[in-house]
Amino acid sequence: MKPFKALDYYAIDGLLSEEERLIRDTIRAFVSEQVLPRIEKHFREGTFPKELIPPLAELGTLGSSLQGYGCAGLGPVAYGLIMQELERGDSGLRSFVSVQGGLVMYPIHAFGSEEQKEKWLPAMARGEVIGCFGLTEPDFGSNPAGMLTHVVKKGDKYVLNGTKAWITNGTLADLAVVWAKLDGEVQGFLVEKGTPGFGSKDHEGKFSLRASVTSELFFQDCAIPVSNRLPKAEGLKAALACLNQARYGIAWGVMGSALAVFDEALEYAKTRIVFGKPVAGFQLQQRKLVWMATEITKGQLLCLQLGRLKEAAKATPQQVSMAKMNNCYVARECAKLGREILGANGITDEYQVGRHLCNIESVYTYEGTHDVHTLIVGQDLTGIAAYS
Amino acid sequence: MKIAVCIKQVPDTETKVRIAADGRSLDETGVTFVVSPYDEIAVEEGLRIKEKRGGEVVAFSVGDERVSTSLRTVLALGADRAVHLKDPAFENSDALGLSRILAAALKPEAFDLILFGKQAVGTDRGQLGPRVAELLDLPHVGVVVRLALEGDRFTAHREVEGAQEVMEGGLPVVLTAQKGLNEPRYASLKGILAAKKKEIKVLTIAELGLNPSMVGSAGARTRWEKLELPPARTAGKILKGMDPGEAARELVRLLREEAKVI
Ligand SMILES: Cc1cc2nc3c(=O)[nH]c(=O)nc-3n(C[C@H](O)[C@H](O)[C@H](O)COP(=O)(O)OP(=O)(O)OC[C@H]3O[C@@H](n4cnc5c(N)ncnc54)[C@H](O)[C@@H]3O)c2cc1C
Repeated sequence: MKPFKALDYYAIDGLLSEEERLIRDTIRAFVSEQVLPRIEKHFREGTFPKELIPPLAELGTLGSSLQGYGCAGLGPVAYGLIMQELERGDSGLRSFVSVQGGLVMYPIHAFGSEEQKEKWLPAMARGEVIGCFGLTEPDFGSNPAGMLTHVVKKGDKYVLNGTKAWITNGTLADLAVVWAKLDGEVQGFLVEKGTPGFGSKDHEGKFSLRASVTSELFFQDCAIPVSNRLPKAEGLKAALACLNQARYGIAWGVMGSALAVFDEALEYAKTRIVFGKPVAGFQLQQRKLVWMATEITKGQLLCLQLGRLKEAAKATPQQVSMAKMNNCYVARECAKLGREILGANGITDEYQVGRHLCNIESVYTYEGTHDVHTLIVGQDLTGIAAYS
Repeated sequence: MKIAVCIKQVPDTETKVRIAADGRSLDETGVTFVVSPYDEIAVEEGLRIKEKRGGEVVAFSVGDERVSTSLRTVLALGADRAVHLKDPAFENSDALGLSRILAAALKPEAFDLILFGKQAVGTDRGQLGPRVAELLDLPHVGVVVRLALEGDRFTAHREVEGAQEVMEGGLPVVLTAQKGLNEPRYASLKGILAAKKKEIKVLTIAELGLNPSMVGSAGARTRWEKLELPPARTAGKILKGMDPGEAARELVRLLREEAKVI
């Protein structure tokens, strides 16, 4: 697999530190050499590449932005670059790493007891324990506050009832962070695989994120020790803090998908001959390529500045929403344009673009749909909430 | 074990080479530079030996400021410290000059093992390992594909035409690494963060005690006279390792599906 040269039209590389570039290049090489040669097969067969968990852990990608407990403690830009490179390989692989780090290790790190942190974080960084994050329910996606899953305290146990849907890593996970209402208030709970009353089942028939596990979780009188509550996770805002973390990674991640698609489309357009000259020689096609390159460049700059704000602890959730919203939109459009340029070849898995095209539909929807992020930014600008 | 690894920074193997206006050097604009792939194998071997036997791995490289990123990469992989041999007088050194610079830097440290890649991709001279061994009066085994150490003895397998030669000897020794010796690792994120705190010591011509007439253009016995790109031609395809029936079928398939001429 030849080294990947990503579009860098505005010499953004020069705005990165030597260390950030080295981290980016390391993950980039890993993806070219270890991910791309096997991902189409997994996508086709609808399986998650479990064999990549040990090398991902060894590289230090699991919980890489967290401090201590065996985690690398990277800055936000380096973390974002890792997400970008992983998603250049596949959105499903990036989702796995996002969920493990941003949605499971992060809440344990931020809201867990010292005991919970010691017990879970090092093992999760080593990839020995896999996590999932259960917020969405069959009837409550964009509006998680309406969730039905609840717990009641019985002696030294919490008893959990309800159903979660669309949970990444669901059946793969050894540990689930489950959000449920206790006395009407949303709280976070750790539920271990194998706990009686806890079942899971994969969603079948996905055409998107096929190389990622997506499952339903069922809780029927599932009793967990009271010590499994995340003590500092108070209310839905704790769950939203996790999402804010993961959304930031997605804003970077989807730029990786767009870079992959752009690279493939450009190469194809330059070499495929139609009507006696390369596809790239026609104005209509150049317009598509120019649109992609321009929007990718803007998206990269958006991510980088957001990362620098985050470094200074100045990034607002609304700014994260804007980046998630914009960059998913851009990546989705790039996938469509790239696929157009490849003609019939764009619909086979001999090329990457079709896979990215399908994958991005999930990324566009999860962690807050494009619409929902629009409403968040809208409320921020106008001061008027337009959700309901 | 004190292990030295000498590395060269080279253009990424995917680089589309352009010749500079002077007609005898490369146009470096837009070129990404990497650690030469055979040197990566040498680094990996050094790290594995250190992990088994303890000691330290020290990386050496000659070159201008740009080379420091490659030294940082090797530190991220796990080398303990690096020595950057940097001086305007070193510019345009040929293999002789470079080996004098490296030998001068290596000598005072008394290494047990000095590793090189078997050659640097690009120039493909393969001279530095043997030259440095000669200057330091050390034994040298080139193109090593397997290495075992036992006490202060080594056993190295090297590739020769159609066979492997097994060489035994005592440390210290200079070895050059060939593909197959090992599979180089990726730097871990923690390794990259740790690299920032490791030392890259810069040594100049004065600190090495070298005479300017021995290195750089002044000390060169060879020089690049002219660089030319090979004439462009389209690559052919050879069907190998098939019986004639199979090959014919494959040829028909290629003519139909790839060349689309039938
Ligand atoms: C592959 C995949 C993996 C996922 N992984 C996880 C996971 O690990 N954990 C987890 O908890 N969840 C996960 N999700 C769930 C995801 O977060 C939800 O699907 C998402 O929040 C949208 O919810 P919904 O599907 O119920 O859509 P709905 O909320 O039913 O929305 C339907 C449509 O209505 C629009 N809409 C909703 N509300 C409004 C409004 N107020 N105004 C205007 N339009 C509105 C939406 O934009 C959308 O177009 C995953 C989803 C997918 C597809």
